[in-house]
Amino acid sequence: MKEIFCLVEHRRGELRDITLELLGKARELADKLDAEVSAVLLGYNVDGFAQQLSSHAKKVLVIEDEKLADFNQAAYQKVLSHLMHEHKPVITMIGHTAFGMDLAPSLAVEMDLPLATDCIDLDVENGELFTVRQMYGGKVNARISFPEARQYMVTGRQGVFPAWDEKSKGKIIAIPFPITDEIRSKKFVRYVEAEAGEVDITQANIIVAVGRGIKKNENMPVVEELTERLGGVIACSRPIVDSGWLSKDRQVGQSGKTVKPKLYLAVGISGAFQHVMGMRGSETIIAINKDSNAPIFSVADYGVVDDLFKVIPVLSAKIREMRGK
Amino acid sequence: MNIVVCIKRVPNVGEVLVAISEDGKNIKDDRLVYDINEADNYALEEALLLKERLRGSVTVITVAREEANEQLRTCLAKGADNAIRLDDNKFAGSDGFAIAKILCAVIKDLKPDLVLTGCMASDDAYAQIGIQLAEMLGFPHATLVTNINLEDMRAQVRRELESGLAEILEIELPAVIAVQTGINEPRYASFRGIKEAMKREIKVLCLADLPLNEHDVGEAGSRIKVDKLFIPPVEKTAQILKGSSDETSSELALILKEKGLI
Repeated sequence: MKEIFCLVEHRRGELRDITLELLGKARELADKLDAEVSAVLLGYNVDGFAQQLSSHAKKVLVIEDEKLADFNQAAYQKVLSHLMHEHKPVITMIGHTAFGMDLAPSLAVEMDLPLATDCIDLDVENGELFTVRQMYGGKVNARISFPEARQYMVTGRQGVFPAWDEKSKGKIIAIPFPITDEIRSKKFVRYVEAEAGEVDITQANIIVAVGRGIKKNENMPVVEELTERLGGVIACSRPIVDSGWLSKDRQVGQSGKTVKPKLYLAVGISGAFQHVMGMRGSETIIAINKDSNAPIFSVADYGVVDDLFKVIPVLSAKIREMRGK
Repeated sequence: MNIVVCIKRVPNVGEVLVAISEDGKNIKDDRLVYDINEADNYALEEALLLKERLRGSVTVITVAREEANEQLRTCLAKGADNAIRLDDNKFAGSDGFAIAKILCAVIKDLKPDLVLTGCMASDDAYAQIGIQLAEMLGFPHATLVTNINLEDMRAQVRRELESGLAEILEIELPAVIAVQTGINEPRYASFRGIKEAMKREIKVLCLADLPLNEHDVGEAGSRIKVDKLFIPPVEKTAQILKGSSDETSSELALILKEKGLI
């Protein structure tokens, strides 16, 4: 029977959400391709995960070794290529995460397989797989096919596929660790924790978040004033941290913080997925952006399509007036 | 230290309404402004900083048409030593995998100690070329890198993970390092640098100059195909407030008040 591989992602003793999301999508594809889903679990002392995953897949293939305790692409790639040669999975699914982005592209070259990265949808048409992925900061979707391919590799975006709830009883199959030589080329050293900042934005009720639309550091006071009037805290999207205008602990999104305030006011933020992941749980979302097609408007409750430098000062003044009364 | 930096010329679509071209496979580009890909600009800066510390040379390379000379010249103006543009009609339609093959064919003969790329291009967002190039070159790699420390022929790198967490890795050189934005503070080209870069040579190579044939590049050499582009379907859309800035801000203030936020 054909097999779909889903690579299990875990870090520091925790299974990461992407794993169950991929398994959910894999299950759907398995029916259409007449295949079975295998969760592929690499790690050390991961028996608990194996048990847990056996209710989400037909098979859990487990490869344990000390060298696999922390994610190391070089070690993972050696083990996975070995397994893929043996099992010839029709699809190999990996998360489009920091972990998968370091692994999937090189594994695809080694295995001589086509790879579509950061997929937001996967489906089958006439027995062939196709995927949908985003381009141009989420402003355009692309339908991707794999001409003449018999096996596929994909990385799937986090937070878009519903996890699979339906429980089954899969088999746990232990596979001996196939690496004999030392891996010298790449070594995991240690984790570095996020630095705590002056305010914890995850605790704020009101967040004014600023993005690339602010253009210059000299323009920040415009947003700072509004934040003060609202009694909120200021946060931002990635480009503001990259430019050094605000510190990393103010960054909302995939590589930053996840926030759920009562009000999230997004100013000059286009709404790339990496940012949206960190704020879509907010109670009320208001977005101000010049581009009417900016993806932020599909997550916001209210939107203003205008120049932020025209709207924000007026809004600050109006709030001041209202508070004054 | 012999460093190669791979760059890409990309359209800036930040605050621009993007439309799809008639063939359905590209975006309309007549009114777009182009720039060096943001992450690649950080990669170039990292290369220049390493060169200043350790000496050696920086070669910038791109697979692109003649328009990208502008971006290559900016790199030269900032301090890169050589610029190479790989250009052939037959490269059209190449996917990330095919582009990596084209880059590899040239870079392997340059015998670099280090190849730097951006971790992702802002246009197609594949985030795969640097890592595939590494595999083809037989080099170790790391992506999403936010700090590089070189000692002898080893690099200690910091890699960005999720939720503010990072990891430290050690990789052997020669290696490919794909850098994340924010790793440094990219410099601007000086006026004198720009003037001098105008006179510098950009080496242009075509398919016939490479150890590849027609089947390795373009659509024939690609593994995936873009069938069509489309504007993402709108599942939910914000209630857009209409009117002048004064009217929309009044309305916003009222909404905030109604929700008890003021």
